[in-house]
Amino acid sequence: MTTSHMDNLADRGLHGHGHGHDHGHGHGGGHDHHDDDDGAGHGTLKSYVTGFILAAILTAIPFWLVMNRVFPSSRTTALVILAFAVVQIVVHIIYFLHMDTKSESGWNMLALIFTLVLVVITLSGSIWIMYHLNSNMMPMSTHDMRNMP
Amino acid sequence: MSDTLAPTLQGGAAPPQEPVFYVPGEHHPKNGTLLGFWVYLMSDCLIFACLFATYGVLGRSYAAGPSGADLFDLPLVAVNTSLLLLSSITYGFAMLEMRRNRIGATQLWLAVTGLLGLGFLSLEIYEFAHLIHQGAGPQRSAFLSAFFTLVGTHGLHVTFGIVWLVTMMIQVRMHGLIPENRRRLMCLSMFWHFLDLIWVGVFTFVYLMGVLP
Repeated sequence: MTTSHMDNLADRGLHGHGHGHDHGHGHGGGHDHHDDDDGAGHGTLKSYVTGFILAAILTAIPFWLVMNRVFPSSRTTALVILAFAVVQIVVHIIYFLHMDTKSESGWNMLALIFTLVLVVITLSGSIWIMYHLNSNMMPMSTHDMRNMP
Repeated sequence: MSDTLAPTLQGGAAPPQEPVFYVPGEHHPKNGTLLGFWVYLMSDCLIFACLFATYGVLGRSYAAGPSGADLFDLPLVAVNTSLLLLSSITYGFAMLEMRRNRIGATQLWLAVTGLLGLGFLSLEIYEFAHLIHQGAGPQRSAFLSAFFTLVGTHGLHVTFGIVWLVTMMIQVRMHGLIPENRRRLMCLSMFWHFLDLIWVGVFTFVYLMGVLP
C-alpha cells in the first residue's frame, strides 16, 4: 500500500515535468492529473518480467504434456492442462492486467467476479445440458453417419 | 433506535443526530474511462464464453470428417502462442516507457508489439487457408464451424487491436504523450493483455484438448 502510494506520487512528479515540455496549450495544472494515474494499478518492470516467465512456464508444460503424451490417459491430461490454463489466466490477470481488490475502488473486481459467475454458468450449463441431450438422442451408427447429407 | 424514532419527546436531553444520507469517502472511481473499458472487456469475455460453450458442445461432432488430431499442427500453435505472449510483454515495456515520458522508446515497443501481432495474424491466416484448402472449411462439420467461429473471432479482435495500435502510434507521433493518449494507451493495454488471456483458453481448450485421443 505505502510503496504503491509513493510510486504514484513519484509518477505524478514525473508527469508534471513532462507536461511542461510536451505541450503548452493551456491544460490546467489540476486538470491533467486525474486523467491518468488513478486507474488500475501500474506494473513495474519486475512484475511484467515475473508474469512473462510464469506465463512461459505455464504454457510450455501443457504443450510438453500433450506433445510427448506424458500421461497415458486423455482424461488426466485434459484435467491437468485445464488446471494449468486456470493458473495462467490468474497470472495474466495479476501481472499483466494489474488487478487487485483495490483497483478502481473495488469495482473492477466486482465486475470480474460477476462475469466469472456468468461464464461458469454459461460454460458448465451448456456442456452439461447438451451432453445429456446428446445421450438421449437416437444412437447413430457409423453407417448412417457416412451417408449423411 | 428509540431516540431516532422520537427525538422531540425527550425534551432536549441529547441533541438529535443528523440523518446521514450518503457515505463519506470514495465510492466512485475518479477515472471512469478505465472502469468503463474494463466493463466492456467483461462483456467481450461473455461473448467468448458463449463461443467456448458452443465449441464445447459441438467440438466432437466431426460428421465423419477430420478431427482435431488430424488437422492441428501443434508446433505452429506453439509458435503462435509465443508470438502473442511476447507481444504482451513488449506492450508492457511500451507502457513502462510511456510512464517515463520517452516517446521514442514507447513508439519502438509499440511497433515491436504490432509486428508480433501481425506475425500471429499471418500464421493464423496461413493455418485457416491451409485447412480450407484441405477441404476442412467451416462448412465441413459442426466441429469445424465452431472452431472457425471461436478462433476467427479471436483473430478479428487481434486485427482490430493492431488497427487501434497503429492509430495510437500516429496519435502519439502527432500529439506526444498527452493525457488523452496515455488514457487511450492504457485502454489498449488492457485490450491487448485480455486477448492474450483469451488465447490461453483457446490453445488449451481447442488445440491441446483437440488433439488428445
